[in-house]
Amino acid sequence: MAVIEYIEAIRLAMKEEMERDGSVFVLGEDVGKKGGVFGTTKGLYQQFGEERAIDTPLAESAIAGVAIGAAMVGMRPVAEMQYSDFMFPATNQIISEAAKIRYRSNNDWDCPIVIRAPIGGGIFGGLYHSQCPESVFFGTPGLKIVAPATAYDAKGLLKAAIRDPDPVLFFENKKCYRLISDEVPDEDYIVPIGKANVMREGSDITVIGYSMPLHFAMQAAEELARDEGVEAHILDLRTIQPLDREAILEAAAKTGKVLIIHEDNKTGGVGAEVAAMIAEELLYDLDAPIRRLCGPDIPAMAINPPGEKHFLLNKEKVKSAMLELARY
Amino acid sequence: MAKQIVEVTMPQLGESLVSATIDQWLKQPGDSVDMYEPLCELITDKVNAELPSTVKGTLVKILAGAGETIEVGAAICLVETEAEAEDTPAATSAPTIQQPVQSQTNARPTGVAAAAAAGFDANAPMRARYSPAVQRIAAERGIDLGLVTGTGEGGRITRKDVLEYKPGAAAQSRVAPAAPIRAPRIAETSDLPTVVVEGATAPGREYYIDVTPIRNTIAKNMRQSMNEIPHAWTMIEVDLTNLVQLRSKLKDDFMKNEGINLTYMPFLMNAVVSAIKEFPIMNSVWATDKITVKRDINISMAVGTEGSVLTPVIRNADQKNIVGLAHEINDLAKRTREGKLKLNDVQGGTFTLNNTGTFGSVLSYPIINFPQAAILTFEAIVKRPVVIGDMIGVRSMVNLCLSFDHRILDGVICGMFHQRIKAILESYNMDTKLY
Repeated sequence: MAVIEYIEAIRLAMKEEMERDGSVFVLGEDVGKKGGVFGTTKGLYQQFGEERAIDTPLAESAIAGVAIGAAMVGMRPVAEMQYSDFMFPATNQIISEAAKIRYRSNNDWDCPIVIRAPIGGGIFGGLYHSQCPESVFFGTPGLKIVAPATAYDAKGLLKAAIRDPDPVLFFENKKCYRLISDEVPDEDYIVPIGKANVMREGSDITVIGYSMPLHFAMQAAEELARDEGVEAHILDLRTIQPLDREAILEAAAKTGKVLIIHEDNKTGGVGAEVAAMIAEELLYDLDAPIRRLCGPDIPAMAINPPGEKHFLLNKEKVKSAMLELARY
Repeated sequence: MAKQIVEVTMPQLGESLVSATIDQWLKQPGDSVDMYEPLCELITDKVNAELPSTVKGTLVKILAGAGETIEVGAAICLVETEAEAEDTPAATSAPTIQQPVQSQTNARPTGVAAAAAAGFDANAPMRARYSPAVQRIAAERGIDLGLVTGTGEGGRITRKDVLEYKPGAAAQSRVAPAAPIRAPRIAETSDLPTVVVEGATAPGREYYIDVTPIRNTIAKNMRQSMNEIPHAWTMIEVDLTNLVQLRSKLKDDFMKNEGINLTYMPFLMNAVVSAIKEFPIMNSVWATDKITVKRDINISMAVGTEGSVLTPVIRNADQKNIVGLAHEINDLAKRTREGKLKLNDVQGGTFTLNNTGTFGSVLSYPIINFPQAAILTFEAIVKRPVVIGDMIGVRSMVNLCLSFDHRILDGVICGMFHQRIKAILESYNMDTKLY
């Protein structure tokens, strides 16, 4: 087992899958020679050549469309959107084509594509480099959406996504790229899509989330355990579509006090669905109103540091929400 | 719409402040409070401020008495917000829902023997609000919730409380309820102690004065300035005869037109700012491996009150004329004496002026307002016989004293700076126009 960075886990997943299966290839803006603007596809062009690490024009709709076409005739494309903010020109391809091909063709065709897109802020990227577009795709049947928080999950989920017979959106958090490192086994493994993971056991409050904000919750949980005697139970959804209903209900019932956190805006976000699920099934286990701590409902993350700080979650914000819920 | 109890917390009064002391409460339990109405007065290291209410309602309970220092974010009082609708729905079958939260003296659940509830905090506003989980578990196990101690917010019975409840413990809990997660602070409204014990240990011969936060800050800054900055000192004499005449000519009209007294300070400040423009190094800070020269000229102005001295700041003083400076000086001095400075008023100064002449001094050795580079005092204007050419005349003279950071500044530059101020002040004459 080696401790590696989140970004390296993603790179290794692609590299190993390309070695394992000749039909796997990557395409996107600058993913070839340059190895991606973040360096996620570094070395793939050199190892596999220009036909399996394809530099595309700046046209996201074409990237998704080409990938969908290739997938329909048996390839396993991994398409990169340079930033998830640039993904919207491709939404028609993703939502109206990729998500619906299997259903529309009565199972004659399928579309095993992976679309990778970096989400999230905190890098002073402002409006066009900080968005969390999960809620745009969330609630589209036919799509699977994963959003790992750790290097282990990033590698395992990307491998699972590449092997999955249907379209998977892989939302990697760009703030995690070099900030988060953890142990990743040397041997081949996958993290099954649709399975949440308990990151921390506790009996006082339940925190449910995905991607970067979970790290704030983990740090806050340690401090709360030390200073306040509050033990938080933390559930990483890992896959946000389909949601792991069983795991969510089990985690919520464990304490009866639920806080849902994510960086995407509050209204219409993944948290809304999680809250609804709990409200539908667990009324008699609830000991407090379900709470959500999310990005504010404003059009964009500001590029100025105070504006960005205001928008983003951080350990302090998460901690005070957790403590408030624990005291309720 | 049910009434709701809201906590008012200590706000972050400044980037670096982590706590503030409550000076006195302006509202008492039972008083109605409007949005933004001052609840209490706060003392911080930097300024005194009033704490505006963040909600409209009735003050229910004071959690921190006068004199207590409270961390930012901690609750200081409970306010019950107004009901939004006049007519609440008619009584439902669940007795707990209609239990009025606003009743301070009778907040315990209905139908509970008085003896059983006697041990609980009768003021707890959430005592009778049961969550679905609590109700389910209580029903399954046949637990009388009136006997369970609530450790949640506002005395609420949490799911954990019911799960861990043992019927046998009832009698015991009646006598000594388990400590809630957060022990309620007792609101003792003792005044902020200023002068305490007289002659307790040394009979009658000495007494003690508590150090207020502002006194403490002054002490800290003065000590830091003297410890870190190698002070040097110099003084010059300036002939203000013309300026004195100019002022007496203008002051009545000025009062009529502007509504404030025309003092010498705006003239001096104007001269100092012009001189700083010529010698920007005077407007700098020692930063160990470099010197930071500030482009903004923000003049700190020492204003004394009986108990302290504060240095409110006139921002971008170089962009204001004498009339503008006069207004701003007047406003800041007034607000300082009334204790109404905001944090912003005392931050960001780059050079300090002290009008020591107001208390009759003709010579003083000021301590630099850390971390600035220099401080200038304006002493009392006195008539003195002065030799001019070969004659002796009676002139209105003033001393300007300058303490400077000798790491940044030397005698030559300070001499030139001083001379420049002198030249400007002596160039005012009866023809000088204010507008």
